[in-house]
Amino acid sequence: MLMIASLLCGLVFGAGLLISQMVQPAKVLAFLDIFGAWDPSLAVVMATALAVSMPGFMLAKGHSRPLLAAQSSWPTKNDIDPSLIVGSTLFGIGWGLVGFCPGPALESLATLSPDVIVFVAAMATGMILHDFWQRFRPATRRDEAMAQRPG
Amino acid sequence: MANFTPLSAAIGGALIGLSAVLLMLLTGRIAGISGMFAGLLYPGSTDKGWRGAFVAGLVLAPLLGGWIGYGMPTPQLPASWTVIIAAGLLVGFGTRMGDGCTSGHGICGIARLSGRSIAATLIFMLTGIATVALTRHVFGG
Repeated sequence: MLMIASLLCGLVFGAGLLISQMVQPAKVLAFLDIFGAWDPSLAVVMATALAVSMPGFMLAKGHSRPLLAAQSSWPTKNDIDPSLIVGSTLFGIGWGLVGFCPGPALESLATLSPDVIVFVAAMATGMILHDFWQRFRPATRRDEAMAQRPG
Repeated sequence: MANFTPLSAAIGGALIGLSAVLLMLLTGRIAGISGMFAGLLYPGSTDKGWRGAFVAGLVLAPLLGGWIGYGMPTPQLPASWTVIIAAGLLVGFGTRMGDGCTSGHGICGIARLSGRSIAATLIFMLTGIATVALTRHVFGG
């Protein structure tokens, strides 16, 4: 049941990216291009997504446990540390270079486009490189919180 | 603003929000796609089931959409393979280091009013805007 629910949520998320055209890198880049022919569509996507998820999450927080699992995994970290700042900066640069973030990139694998496959392979490599680097640097407070990543 | 599509953006955004809420209500998980994908990369990691199922749903959406006339055009990446690979590495490394991407921080985190996620979202939006400004208007033709 857990798997079916998760699959359905993935389908709904994918439908949202598809209908809003956020799977198209050109559409995302047009939003980031505020000095060019700016397209504010992505801001509308975020606004309605938040209009639904904010009250929805408040409702979910009121529940003691989810329907199909023993407990909810709410993220616990709250500090704005250097890793968050540097990581988000690197992500923003990569996002601005081609207009792909992880969701649309994975969904676009459905087209079997070589560009997309190369991007996703590079993304996976970047993730593995990060975790490898993380393992071989001196232990920090951050390592203790590794298990509680929000994703 | 010639290409502004507010209606489809509003409908699509609402579905994305609905998916994040349903995933939390049903499975108790945050719909953070970079974290889900990262969890699928290692043989020993736990929770592969729901993560794999969500990503499978994501990939199936355009295939099912194709049947009802909502197909997906092949995305046009405006870059050489060198740039695509560099961008992929940056997105992968950065989302791991920053603990999330547009979905985990931008939607789920802001919806929880997490200061950390609001900061992350502001940073990747601003650096994304700066990158496009540099590549299109400073160095680009």
